[in-house]
Amino acid sequence: MFKVISNEILAENLHRMVIEAPRVARARRPGQFVIIHAEQSAERIPITIGDADPQAGTITIFVQAVGASTLKIVSIPAGGFIKDVAGPLGRPTHMGDWQRVVCVGGGVGTAVLFPLVKALANGGKQITTIIGGRSSRFILLADELGMLSEKLLITTEDGSLGCKGFVTTVLAELLADPRNPPQAVFAIGPVPMMRAVAELTRPYNIETIVSLNPIMIDGTGMCGGCRVMVGGEMKFACVDGPEFDGHLVDFDSLADRLTTYRNQEAALRHTAEACRIRKEEHHGQQADS
Amino acid sequence: MGNKLTPKERLAISRVHMSERDPEVRSRTFEEVNLGLTLEEAMREAQRCLQCKTRQCVTGCPVRVSIPEFINALAEGDLPGAAEILRRDNALPAVCGRVCPQETQCEALCVYKAKGEPVAIGYLERFVADWAMAHDAELAHEELPMPSGKKVAIIGSGPAGLTAAGELARKGHQVTIFEALHDTGGVLRYGIPEFRLPNTIIDNEVERLLAMGVVIECNVIVGKTLTLEQLREEFDAVFIGNGAGLPVMLKVPGENLKGVYSANEYLTRVNLMEAGRNPDASTPIIRGKRVAVIGGGNTAMDCVRVSRRLGAERSMIIYRRSEAEMPARDEEIKHAKEEGVEFIILTAPVEITGNTEGWVESMRCRKMELGAPDESGRRRPVPIAGSDYEITVDVVVNAVGTRANPLLTATAPDLALNKWGNIVIDEHGTTSIRGVYAGGDIVRGGATVILAMGDGKEAAAALHRYLMTGETSEVEDNDTEEWFPDEEMAVGREA
Repeated sequence: MFKVISNEILAENLHRMVIEAPRVARARRPGQFVIIHAEQSAERIPITIGDADPQAGTITIFVQAVGASTLKIVSIPAGGFIKDVAGPLGRPTHMGDWQRVVCVGGGVGTAVLFPLVKALANGGKQITTIIGGRSSRFILLADELGMLSEKLLITTEDGSLGCKGFVTTVLAELLADPRNPPQAVFAIGPVPMMRAVAELTRPYNIETIVSLNPIMIDGTGMCGGCRVMVGGEMKFACVDGPEFDGHLVDFDSLADRLTTYRNQEAALRHTAEACRIRKEEHHGQQADS
Repeated sequence: MGNKLTPKERLAISRVHMSERDPEVRSRTFEEVNLGLTLEEAMREAQRCLQCKTRQCVTGCPVRVSIPEFINALAEGDLPGAAEILRRDNALPAVCGRVCPQETQCEALCVYKAKGEPVAIGYLERFVADWAMAHDAELAHEELPMPSGKKVAIIGSGPAGLTAAGELARKGHQVTIFEALHDTGGVLRYGIPEFRLPNTIIDNEVERLLAMGVVIECNVIVGKTLTLEQLREEFDAVFIGNGAGLPVMLKVPGENLKGVYSANEYLTRVNLMEAGRNPDASTPIIRGKRVAVIGGGNTAMDCVRVSRRLGAERSMIIYRRSEAEMPARDEEIKHAKEEGVEFIILTAPVEITGNTEGWVESMRCRKMELGAPDESGRRRPVPIAGSDYEITVDVVVNAVGTRANPLLTATAPDLALNKWGNIVIDEHGTTSIRGVYAGGDIVRGGATVILAMGDGKEAAAALHRYLMTGETSEVEDNDTEEWFPDEEMAVGREA
């Protein structure tokens, strides 16, 4: 059992949780993830390690509650316990010989981007960070990322914060400026965003690294469920990734495989929601009486 | 008692028949297929044993169970005595009594074999083990020796690791097992479905180890959470039994379509995560109406029988050789057929095709004929030109085999591997690193539960010698050609 030290809501359905996992905290390097199994009947969910404190023996994770099992994870309060936390898994981020790096985060991908930006900043890189979301409510960790980056650019689809538009709009302008071209671009977010970033950088031949989050069970290479095609070769995101060359990833196949359990997930989420509502109604009645 | 029968009287008894759940009923549930023997049946079967002096059955057993002795005790009605003998020699008797291929091991060497039906050693082992489980409180508990003060780390809680743990705990060593998954048993739990090996059996065998003072830590992936080097610093010796967890891919177009699973993924979802069989489980599975399972080993049989239980109307085994070459146990093939599984033999998949939304729709297959024997001694399948045809399917499960998982070995550069990535050992399980032993599928590349257990037992003996005397054998770091991780031999996993 792994104790939850804190659990705070950062945005709608997005939680930051600090968990006691001393061995993971000691072994972890940026770019790696853990498998979280909230309770016996839950799914095993891969989640990027946002931060780690080896002295305190804790790791920080950002969890977006989108399915039945992620809802179970975020519903565990501080002082409660998560049944299983296994890791750190995957390969750590490869730190290249770059000076200027652009980091692009979309939606909850921004939370995954955070440990990367921190590691790059610690490595003395000049970082321009671009983060985007539907509206200001979906902009995460702006202060934290702002402190670590030389420049922080924010985009929102409705223009409620920063530039109106997509992260790619800002990235395109940046790439078009020949004065300080980045030597590497990291993109973490929804598949269409990562694909769009990779397409933007391709003509400039700038090294582009994306972090993939396909469906996974064990996280150790055993099941092969997380297979992705990279440069025509089959790779397992859990052991060969999760970071890959964005110019080589077959995003079509990735996006398609991610929809495998969409219908079942919707049904499960519906049940979970119904349970939660019944529980709330029940509590409400108790409070009323 | 009845044990005073003359040989002639013993020979006159016919081999017991194991009662089974009705195929119609069982192909819809995960309840155990084989129902076990009654006491009367077991004692009568035990009386068939001639107690011959050659004891060939023991030679055929990878963990050298004292078979005539436990059967003799059973024939005399001394169940506690039978249980004591069995448990002393075999750390997991209730498991072996269910999944061992007795027909090619102990029973194959029984003197009766010449005349036909050998003594049903496997059924008797299961009977005694189950009896012992149910009467554990009445059994004399094994006295453990004084603690040796030595600490041993075991990597993996599958058959090799559990066996080694039992052997070493009995020698007074403090044993800690590190398991990567969130539950114990390794392939016994994630791989073998409950209709062949119920989880309660694994739980019970694990409980007995815990009662002996063995510590099991789940969620520790050696190579990631901890390194082999760290374990060597913290423990006096290490046994590696982390299995061969990496699926061999089909390498045909369409393998990434939705509805194509590796056997590992399919079985782990259903067995470990309880997808499709426990309404409370959140892990999903695509059930499939027409399911094709590629392969002819026990894993393939497990997958195809699972698919029936998940409601498939048509469950098919697609195998490139003929039934005679199938590595699966005869019993598994028989059970699968009884449950309505179709066997499409001398057929190999060429391509999996999908609909516009990326779901599996059909599989193009090619007919094969058998040519000259290959290095595994079985006749090689040769494609027949122009024989392609389509099978309508919505789920495809690839059960052609597994190979060594490099997660641990990649972080242990001093550990000698063969060209397939399997750890190189000598006949005692000694690896190229002093104080580090290995066994099971990480060495063999994909074999059986009982061979893994035999390795665990052998390595535990060598490891014990090393702990007490510092003596160790030398492993030669050469590319041994001893193992053939042939895809179909690999699927013989728990055969």
